[in-house]
Amino acid sequence: MNTTSALFYLFSAVLLVSAFMVITARSTVHSALYLVLAFFNASCVWMLLRAEFLAITLVLVYVGAVMVLFLFVVMMLDISTDKLREGFWSHFPLAGFIGVLIALEMYLVMKSGFNLPAAKAMPEAVMKLGNTRALGVEIYTQYLYPLQVAAVLLLVAMIAAIALTMRQRKDSRSQNPSEQVRVKAADRFRIVKMDAVIEAPSVPKTPEGDKA
Amino acid sequence: MSAGITLYHYLTLGGFLFALSVVGIFMNRRNLIVLLMAIELMLLAVNMNFVAFSHYLGNMDGQVFVFFILTVAAAESAIGLAILVVLFRNRSTIAVDELDTLKG
Repeated sequence: MNTTSALFYLFSAVLLVSAFMVITARSTVHSALYLVLAFFNASCVWMLLRAEFLAITLVLVYVGAVMVLFLFVVMMLDISTDKLREGFWSHFPLAGFIGVLIALEMYLVMKSGFNLPAAKAMPEAVMKLGNTRALGVEIYTQYLYPLQVAAVLLLVAMIAAIALTMRQRKDSRSQNPSEQVRVKAADRFRIVKMDAVIEAPSVPKTPEGDKA
Repeated sequence: MSAGITLYHYLTLGGFLFALSVVGIFMNRRNLIVLLMAIELMLLAVNMNFVAFSHYLGNMDGQVFVFFILTVAAAESAIGLAILVVLFRNRSTIAVDELDTLKG
Protein backbone atom coordinates (compact mmCIF):
# COMPACT_ATOMS: atom_id res chain seq x y z
CA MET A 1 0.00 0.00 0.00
CA ASN A 2 1.65 3.20 -1.11
CA THR A 3 1.20 6.69 0.29
CA THR A 4 -1.54 7.74 -2.10
CA SER A 5 -3.77 4.81 -1.24
CA ALA A 6 -3.16 5.29 2.46
CA LEU A 7 -4.10 8.97 2.15
CA PHE A 8 -7.18 8.08 0.10
CA TYR A 9 -8.44 5.63 2.73
CA LEU A 10 -7.72 8.11 5.54
CA PHE A 11 -9.53 11.00 3.88
CA SER A 12 -12.51 8.91 2.78
CA ALA A 13 -12.89 7.38 6.22
CA VAL A 14 -12.95 10.80 7.88
CA LEU A 15 -15.28 12.08 5.14
CA LEU A 16 -17.80 9.27 5.65
CA VAL A 17 -17.67 9.49 9.45
CA SER A 18 -18.20 13.24 9.42
CA ALA A 19 -21.04 12.88 6.89
CA PHE A 20 -22.64 10.40 9.29
CA MET A 21 -22.20 12.85 12.15
CA VAL A 22 -23.80 15.64 10.09
CA ILE A 23 -27.05 13.72 9.88
CA THR A 24 -27.06 12.39 13.45
CA ALA A 25 -25.53 15.22 15.52
CA ARG A 26 -27.66 16.46 18.39
CA SER A 27 -27.32 20.19 17.82
CA THR A 28 -27.51 21.92 14.49
CA VAL A 29 -24.27 23.82 15.17
CA HIS A 30 -22.43 20.52 15.51
CA SER A 31 -23.94 19.36 12.22
CA ALA A 32 -22.65 22.48 10.47
CA LEU A 33 -19.17 22.04 11.94
CA TYR A 34 -19.04 18.37 10.90
CA LEU A 35 -20.11 19.47 7.41
CA VAL A 36 -17.09 21.80 7.36
CA LEU A 37 -14.87 18.81 8.24
CA ALA A 38 -16.51 16.79 5.46
CA PHE A 39 -15.82 19.53 2.91
CA PHE A 40 -12.18 19.76 3.99
CA ASN A 41 -11.68 16.02 3.51
CA ALA A 42 -13.50 16.04 0.18
CA SER A 43 -11.14 18.77 -0.96
CA CYS A 44 -8.18 16.62 0.11
CA VAL A 45 -9.59 13.71 -1.93
CA TRP A 46 -9.89 16.03 -4.94
CA MET A 47 -6.25 16.98 -4.44
CA LEU A 48 -5.39 13.29 -4.85
CA LEU A 49 -7.29 13.41 -8.15
CA ARG A 50 -5.15 16.39 -9.24
CA ALA A 51 -8.06 18.80 -9.33
CA GLU A 52 -6.21 21.45 -7.34
CA PHE A 53 -8.25 24.45 -8.43
CA LEU A 54 -11.56 22.84 -7.56
CA ALA A 55 -10.19 21.63 -4.22
CA ILE A 56 -9.20 25.17 -3.26
CA THR A 57 -12.51 26.52 -4.60
CA LEU A 58 -14.42 24.02 -2.49
CA VAL A 59 -12.67 25.24 0.65
CA LEU A 60 -13.01 28.92 -0.24
CA VAL A 61 -16.61 28.86 -1.44
CA TYR A 62 -18.10 26.24 0.84
CA VAL A 63 -16.16 26.52 4.05
CA GLY A 64 -15.53 30.24 3.64
CA ALA A 65 -18.93 31.40 2.46
CA VAL A 66 -21.74 28.87 2.48
CA MET A 67 -20.98 27.25 5.84
CA VAL A 68 -20.48 30.63 7.49
CA LEU A 69 -23.92 31.57 6.15
CA PHE A 70 -25.33 28.35 7.60
CA LEU A 71 -23.75 29.06 10.98
CA PHE A 72 -25.10 32.62 10.95
CA VAL A 73 -28.62 31.39 10.25
CA VAL A 74 -28.37 28.64 12.89
CA MET A 75 -27.29 31.15 15.51
CA MET A 76 -29.82 33.77 14.41
CA LEU A 77 -32.86 31.52 14.71
CA ASP A 78 -33.93 30.48 18.16
CA ILE A 79 -34.77 26.82 17.60
CA SER A 80 -35.26 24.16 20.20
CA THR A 81 -33.48 21.18 18.70
CA ASP A 82 -35.00 18.70 21.13
CA LYS A 83 -38.48 19.32 19.79
CA LEU A 84 -37.24 18.93 16.22
CA ARG A 85 -35.59 15.63 17.06
CA GLU A 86 -38.73 13.98 18.40
CA GLY A 87 -39.21 10.64 16.68
CA PHE A 88 -35.75 10.85 15.14
CA TRP A 89 -35.03 7.12 15.37
CA SER A 90 -38.56 6.10 14.46
CA HIS A 91 -37.75 7.03 10.87
CA PHE A 92 -34.69 4.79 10.90
CA PRO A 93 -36.22 1.59 9.41
CA LEU A 94 -37.50 3.39 6.30
CA ALA A 95 -34.36 5.52 6.00
CA GLY A 96 -32.08 2.51 6.40
CA PHE A 97 -34.06 0.56 3.80
CA ILE A 98 -33.83 3.41 1.27
CA GLY A 99 -30.13 3.88 1.97
CA VAL A 100 -29.34 0.18 1.51
CA LEU A 101 -31.45 0.17 -1.66
CA ILE A 102 -29.49 3.08 -3.14
CA ALA A 103 -26.15 1.51 -2.19
CA LEU A 104 -27.26 -1.78 -3.77
CA GLU A 105 -28.32 -0.06 -6.99
CA MET A 106 -24.97 1.71 -7.23
CA TYR A 107 -23.22 -1.62 -6.65
CA LEU A 108 -25.20 -3.23 -9.48
CA VAL A 109 -24.31 -0.36 -11.81
CA MET A 110 -20.64 -0.58 -10.94
CA LYS A 111 -20.46 -4.38 -11.07
CA SER A 112 -20.87 -4.40 -14.83
CA GLY A 113 -18.03 -1.86 -15.01
CA PHE A 114 -17.46 1.10 -17.26
CA ASN A 115 -14.97 -0.59 -19.55
CA LEU A 116 -12.37 2.11 -19.00
CA PRO A 117 -8.65 1.66 -19.40
CA ALA A 118 -6.88 1.95 -16.07
CA ALA A 119 -6.00 5.57 -15.21
CA LYS A 120 -5.56 7.11 -18.62
CA ALA A 121 -3.42 10.15 -18.02
CA MET A 122 -4.44 13.67 -18.95
CA PRO A 123 -3.25 14.71 -22.38
CA GLU A 124 0.32 15.95 -22.43
CA ALA A 125 -0.67 19.51 -23.36
CA VAL A 126 -3.09 19.78 -20.43
CA MET A 127 -0.52 18.50 -17.93
CA LYS A 128 1.96 21.08 -19.16
CA LEU A 129 -0.49 23.94 -18.63
CA GLY A 130 -1.36 22.95 -15.08
CA ASN A 131 -4.81 22.28 -13.71
CA THR A 132 -5.89 25.86 -13.01
CA ARG A 133 -4.77 27.19 -16.36
CA ALA A 134 -6.28 24.28 -18.28
CA LEU A 135 -9.60 24.80 -16.49
CA GLY A 136 -9.47 28.51 -17.25
CA VAL A 137 -8.78 27.93 -20.94
CA GLU A 138 -11.68 25.48 -21.10
CA ILE A 139 -14.11 27.82 -19.30
CA TYR A 140 -13.22 30.98 -21.19
CA THR A 141 -13.25 29.41 -24.65
CA GLN A 142 -15.63 26.50 -24.91
CA TYR A 143 -17.90 27.33 -21.98
CA LEU A 144 -17.98 31.12 -22.20
CA TYR A 145 -21.72 31.40 -22.70
CA PRO A 146 -22.62 29.10 -19.75
CA LEU A 147 -20.18 31.12 -17.65
CA GLN A 148 -22.14 34.31 -18.39
CA VAL A 149 -25.38 32.54 -17.51
CA ALA A 150 -23.83 31.40 -14.22
CA ALA A 151 -22.79 34.98 -13.47
CA VAL A 152 -26.34 36.24 -14.08
CA LEU A 153 -27.64 33.40 -11.90
CA LEU A 154 -25.42 34.51 -9.02
CA LEU A 155 -26.59 38.11 -9.44
CA VAL A 156 -30.23 37.02 -9.38
CA ALA A 157 -29.60 34.91 -6.29
CA MET A 158 -27.93 37.81 -4.52
CA ILE A 159 -30.74 40.24 -5.28
CA ALA A 160 -33.37 37.66 -4.34
CA ALA A 161 -31.72 36.88 -1.00
CA ILE A 162 -31.45 40.58 -0.14
CA ALA A 163 -35.00 41.35 -1.25
CA LEU A 164 -36.38 38.41 0.75
CA THR A 165 -34.72 39.22 4.03
CA MET A 166 -34.71 43.03 3.96
CA ARG A 167 -37.12 44.61 6.40
CA GLN A 168 -38.42 48.12 5.83
CA ARG A 169 -37.69 50.24 8.86
CA LYS A 170 -40.64 52.27 10.06
CA ASP A 171 -38.64 55.33 11.06
CA SER A 172 -36.49 55.59 7.97
CA ARG A 173 -36.93 58.66 5.77
CA SER A 174 -36.40 58.03 2.11
CA GLN A 175 -36.96 59.95 -1.10
CA ASN A 176 -39.20 58.85 -3.91
CA PRO A 177 -37.60 60.28 -7.06
CA SER A 178 -40.53 59.64 -9.36
CA GLU A 179 -42.83 61.56 -7.07
CA GLN A 180 -40.28 64.34 -6.88
CA VAL A 181 -40.11 64.60 -10.66
CA ARG A 182 -43.86 64.54 -11.14
CA VAL A 183 -44.57 67.30 -8.66
CA LYS A 184 -46.21 70.52 -9.96
CA ALA A 185 -45.94 74.01 -8.63
CA ALA A 186 -49.60 73.92 -7.63
CA ASP A 187 -48.89 71.02 -5.26
CA ARG A 188 -46.34 72.98 -3.38
CA PHE A 189 -48.01 76.34 -2.71
CA ARG A 190 -51.29 78.06 -3.42
CA ILE A 191 -52.00 81.74 -3.88
CA VAL A 192 -54.71 82.97 -1.60
CA LYS A 193 -56.60 86.18 -2.39
CA MET A 194 -56.76 88.35 0.66
CA ASP A 195 -57.76 91.86 1.33
CA ALA A 196 -54.90 94.11 1.97
CA VAL A 197 -54.37 94.77 5.60
CA ILE A 198 -53.76 98.45 6.21
CA GLU A 199 -51.78 99.00 9.25
CA ALA A 200 -53.08 101.75 11.46
CA PRO A 201 -50.62 104.57 12.02
CA SER A 202 -48.88 103.91 15.20
CA VAL A 203 -49.90 106.17 18.01
CA PRO A 204 -47.32 106.84 20.62
CA LYS A 205 -48.54 105.27 23.76
CA THR A 206 -49.18 107.69 26.51
CA PRO A 207 -50.70 107.28 29.89
CA GLU A 208 -53.64 109.46 28.68
CA GLY A 209 -54.22 107.24 25.72
CA ASP A 210 -54.44 104.31 28.02
CA LYS A 211 -57.20 105.93 29.98
CA ALA A 212 -59.21 106.76 26.85
CA MET B 1 0.43 6.97 -10.01
CA SER B 2 -1.99 5.74 -7.30
CA ALA B 3 -1.47 2.09 -8.15
CA GLY B 4 -3.96 0.63 -5.71
CA ILE B 5 -6.69 3.23 -6.17
CA THR B 6 -8.97 2.86 -9.17
CA LEU B 7 -11.96 4.78 -10.47
CA TYR B 8 -14.23 2.37 -8.60
CA HIS B 9 -12.80 3.39 -5.23
CA TYR B 10 -13.86 6.98 -5.89
CA LEU B 11 -17.25 5.95 -7.25
CA THR B 12 -17.86 3.80 -4.18
CA LEU B 13 -16.98 6.74 -1.96
CA GLY B 14 -19.42 8.95 -3.89
CA GLY B 15 -22.12 6.30 -3.71
CA PHE B 16 -21.79 5.86 0.05
CA LEU B 17 -21.82 9.63 0.54
CA PHE B 18 -25.00 9.95 -1.53
CA ALA B 19 -26.72 7.08 0.31
CA LEU B 20 -25.76 8.60 3.67
CA SER B 21 -27.25 11.95 2.75
CA VAL B 22 -30.49 10.33 1.53
CA VAL B 23 -30.70 8.56 4.90
CA GLY B 24 -30.11 11.93 6.53
CA ILE B 25 -33.00 13.50 4.60
CA PHE B 26 -35.33 10.74 5.77
CA MET B 27 -34.23 10.88 9.39
CA ASN B 28 -34.14 14.66 9.86
CA ARG B 29 -37.59 15.14 8.42
CA ARG B 30 -38.46 17.95 10.80
CA ASN B 31 -35.33 20.10 10.81
CA LEU B 32 -35.20 22.21 7.66
CA ILE B 33 -31.59 23.38 8.20
CA VAL B 34 -30.23 19.83 8.41
CA LEU B 35 -32.24 18.99 5.27
CA LEU B 36 -30.40 21.77 3.43
CA MET B 37 -27.08 20.44 4.74
CA ALA B 38 -27.95 16.93 3.50
CA ILE B 39 -28.66 18.39 0.05
CA GLU B 40 -25.21 20.01 0.11
CA LEU B 41 -23.72 16.58 0.93
CA MET B 42 -25.57 15.03 -2.03
CA LEU B 43 -24.16 17.66 -4.37
CA LEU B 44 -20.71 16.92 -2.96
CA ALA B 45 -21.15 13.22 -3.76
CA VAL B 46 -22.18 14.07 -7.32
CA ASN B 47 -19.18 16.39 -7.69
CA MET B 48 -16.91 13.62 -6.42
CA ASN B 49 -18.05 11.37 -9.27
CA PHE B 50 -17.58 14.16 -11.81
CA VAL B 51 -14.00 14.82 -10.67
CA ALA B 52 -13.16 11.11 -10.58
CA PHE B 53 -14.46 10.53 -14.11
CA SER B 54 -12.70 13.66 -15.34
CA HIS B 55 -9.41 12.38 -13.95
CA TYR B 56 -9.71 8.83 -15.23
CA LEU B 57 -10.98 9.81 -18.69
CA GLY B 58 -8.28 12.47 -19.10
CA ASN B 59 -10.91 15.09 -19.95
CA MET B 60 -11.27 18.54 -18.39
CA ASP B 61 -15.00 18.92 -19.15
CA GLY B 62 -15.99 17.09 -15.96
CA GLN B 63 -14.19 19.66 -13.84
CA VAL B 64 -15.91 22.51 -15.68
CA PHE B 65 -19.24 20.93 -14.76
CA VAL B 66 -18.17 20.72 -11.12
CA PHE B 67 -17.43 24.44 -11.32
CA PHE B 68 -20.96 25.18 -12.52
CA ILE B 69 -22.53 22.85 -9.95
CA LEU B 70 -20.65 24.70 -7.21
CA THR B 71 -22.06 28.00 -8.53
CA VAL B 72 -25.63 26.73 -8.60
CA ALA B 73 -25.27 25.09 -5.17
CA ALA B 74 -24.02 28.34 -3.63
CA ALA B 75 -26.95 30.28 -5.11
CA GLU B 76 -29.38 27.59 -3.99
CA SER B 77 -28.22 27.54 -0.40
CA ALA B 78 -28.20 31.35 -0.19
CA ILE B 79 -31.81 31.61 -1.37
CA GLY B 80 -32.82 28.57 0.70
CA LEU B 81 -31.47 30.15 3.86
CA ALA B 82 -33.11 33.49 3.03
CA ILE B 83 -36.48 31.74 2.63
CA LEU B 84 -35.81 29.90 5.89
CA VAL B 85 -35.22 33.19 7.73
CA VAL B 86 -38.41 34.75 6.33
CA LEU B 87 -40.32 31.58 7.21
CA PHE B 88 -39.05 31.65 10.77
CA ARG B 89 -40.02 35.32 11.11
CA ASN B 90 -43.57 34.61 9.98
CA ARG B 91 -44.24 31.26 11.66
CA SER B 92 -41.63 31.06 14.47
CA THR B 93 -40.92 27.47 13.52
CA ILE B 94 -38.92 25.56 10.94
CA ALA B 95 -40.44 22.13 11.59
CA VAL B 96 -41.41 20.81 8.20
CA ASP B 97 -44.62 19.10 9.31
CA GLU B 98 -46.01 22.31 10.79
CA LEU B 99 -45.77 24.13 7.48
CA ASP B 100 -49.23 23.19 6.28
CA THR B 101 -50.85 26.58 5.73
CA LEU B 102 -51.81 25.71 2.16
CA LYS B 103 -53.79 22.71 3.40
CA GLY B 104 -56.34 25.14 4.80
